[in-house]
Amino acid sequence: MSAVILYTIISLSAVGAVAAVILYIVAQRFRVFEDPRIDMVEDVLPAANCGGCGYPGCRNFAEALVGADSLEGYFCPVGGNETMEKVASVLGKDPVTADPLVAVVLCSGSFEHRPRTNFYDGAVSCSIASALYTGDTDCPYGCLSLGECVEACDYDAMYMDTDTGLPVVIDDNCIACGACVEACPRDIIELRKKARKDRKIYVSCINQEKGGVARKYCEVACIGCKKCFKVCPYDAIVMESNLAYIDSEKCKLCRKCVPECPTNAILEINFPPRKTNVEQSGKTDENEEMADGSAGAKDMLKK
Amino acid sequence: MEALKTFKKGGVHPPENKLSAGAPIRVLPLPDQVYIPISQHLGAPAEAKVDKGDVVKTGQLIASLHGFVSANIHSSVSGKVQKIDLVPDSSGYKRTTIIIKAEGDEWMNGIDRSPEINPVITASPEEIRKKIMENGIVGLGGATFPSHVKLSLPRGKKVDTLIINGVECEPYLTADHRLMLEKGPEIVVGIKLLMKVLGVSRGMIGIEHNKPDAIEQFNQILEGEPDISVHALKVKYPQGGEKQLIKALINREVPARGLPIDVGAIVHNVGTTFAVYEAIQKNKPLIERVVTVTGYNLQNPSNYLVRIGTPVSKLVEAVGGLPEDTGKIISGGPMMGKALSNTDVPVVKGTTGILIIPENQSRRKNIHPCIRCAKCISVCPQGLEPYLLMAMTQKEMLENLEMNNIMDCIECGSCSYICPSNRPLLDYIRLGKTTVGKMISTRKN
Repeated sequence: MSAVILYTIISLSAVGAVAAVILYIVAQRFRVFEDPRIDMVEDVLPAANCGGCGYPGCRNFAEALVGADSLEGYFCPVGGNETMEKVASVLGKDPVTADPLVAVVLCSGSFEHRPRTNFYDGAVSCSIASALYTGDTDCPYGCLSLGECVEACDYDAMYMDTDTGLPVVIDDNCIACGACVEACPRDIIELRKKARKDRKIYVSCINQEKGGVARKYCEVACIGCKKCFKVCPYDAIVMESNLAYIDSEKCKLCRKCVPECPTNAILEINFPPRKTNVEQSGKTDENEEMADGSAGAKDMLKK
Repeated sequence: MEALKTFKKGGVHPPENKLSAGAPIRVLPLPDQVYIPISQHLGAPAEAKVDKGDVVKTGQLIASLHGFVSANIHSSVSGKVQKIDLVPDSSGYKRTTIIIKAEGDEWMNGIDRSPEINPVITASPEEIRKKIMENGIVGLGGATFPSHVKLSLPRGKKVDTLIINGVECEPYLTADHRLMLEKGPEIVVGIKLLMKVLGVSRGMIGIEHNKPDAIEQFNQILEGEPDISVHALKVKYPQGGEKQLIKALINREVPARGLPIDVGAIVHNVGTTFAVYEAIQKNKPLIERVVTVTGYNLQNPSNYLVRIGTPVSKLVEAVGGLPEDTGKIISGGPMMGKALSNTDVPVVKGTTGILIIPENQSRRKNIHPCIRCAKCISVCPQGLEPYLLMAMTQKEMLENLEMNNIMDCIECGSCSYICPSNRPLLDYIRLGKTTVGKMISTRKN
């Protein structure tokens, strides 16, 4: 009986030893060299695997970073400048800073401002609705209110406002990964430069129709009147196909354009209330509601 | 009596509702203004050949084909071109449209408008094909594929059968039915013309059994014509799909990702066949078509001969205006048609019918989770798995969609019709199909 156990142990050990030798030789022969820096870079990345950098996941991004000559053009929107600095120090390359961005919804066509002319009760998907119709309203450019962007967001940075039928971005949560921009079949969402205190001035419309037509679809459409374009001291406003666009790189947030707009298509967000001309346009009241109350209040206290 | 033919796989039986089957085709009075989009067909839009202020005659070429897969467009009235502008189409999106103000009805020279039937075929196959192209004939069953393309056989392909589609399997629609009853002899001349182009010796007309008068009529006309036969088919949707009709009539299965031509058959609609007759024997371009205007709350559902470009509102007026409880207006049939966002949109070459649906029938029902009953699979006439294609589309699994032959979907809507959970299967499959189609075309380039 003991002989059987002995033979078993010996024979199995022999098989094990032979296998170990073969495995060792194979491992040496077919060894794949992997840059150890890839692991190091991956460790400093946020491991969100969101794809905001343009790569399928953090590992792939790390590989690309290690293989790159300079960090120019590579950016992790989740980690931001801090993470990119860490990456730069791991790789011994010059850090590249980028302005933090935030997603902005360029449509103000709420239920109140944009008359509903049709009724869509098909599949709840913006892509499907957009391929079939102009949506519940006549505007072929505006928000379809079916929330594909909200679904695409992995960071709880968006929700659908049921009162207006428009998506709202929560600036603090938004990491500008661009998932919503991709998801929107109408290209309404844009990544804009983040300013101090999340202040924003933008033309909240992408309707390229001529003024009269655009106005018929929606009360707050940009009608391409060029008033804002003329008043801007920084040449930050571009007019193209009946539509004004404020370049967030050039805009100095002076707010001169906002009261000029006859349709209230330009929004100013997170600003303290204006001291003068409060009554004049009635716009400031509206924005006060939209603005983050606390930011406005703090500003007031400082003054 | 031999058993009625039909296709094997899948299919559904929606209520037929052929309300206007007994209404003879009436000519709709000329509209004051026509809106003629430059893209009424599959393929590249035509190129406008007229300008604002030009005076045109009925039947004059106003937009010419651009590329091979495209079609000419002719003026459907005589008058002055008001402007060329962007006008919303049935979806609400704007398309380039030629707007003509009608003044009188002066036709181009050389168009034979006499009602006499001209059965003598003198044109050569090449001439026939050229004339079909010149006169802007497209498939009038609804898909509007340019007919000259279908008639130009690729090298190495052989065709032995011409199939004429008189199935009209869509519920409510009766335009083809009435045309077969009223223009039977002309359609037979059209069939002979098409057979001559293709060089085939066998012509078959497929008609569903719910139109016994049309079958009887063709049986009489075709006495002494051994080459052309008429076949009664079992009533089943979507028998009017060309692949299904080929299977039903000659029992050949078009392979996946294939075309009817791969099994030696070409299918044309009866409406197209009549248009071909008019184009060759009467020299008349495609400027009018038969449109069914129907619905349960209409007093007199009718069939009208309508000039292309007439606003749908004129048709609605002709049947006595919109009923009060209208919920939806559909261009086409209830299965494959598309709801209109307004009634100012024009009748185009592909408009088979205008269906007015009362409010209480127009809403979709609540969507429930899939219960894995597989009804969608059993009714799919193409042998696809609709629930799977929908799920894959939602998950954006494009390669898998392609492997599961999403491109073979004929968008008949049988799956959405049968689903007990009211799932929007076709909506998602259509989305997946367009996305995969784009992926395939980028890969080719």
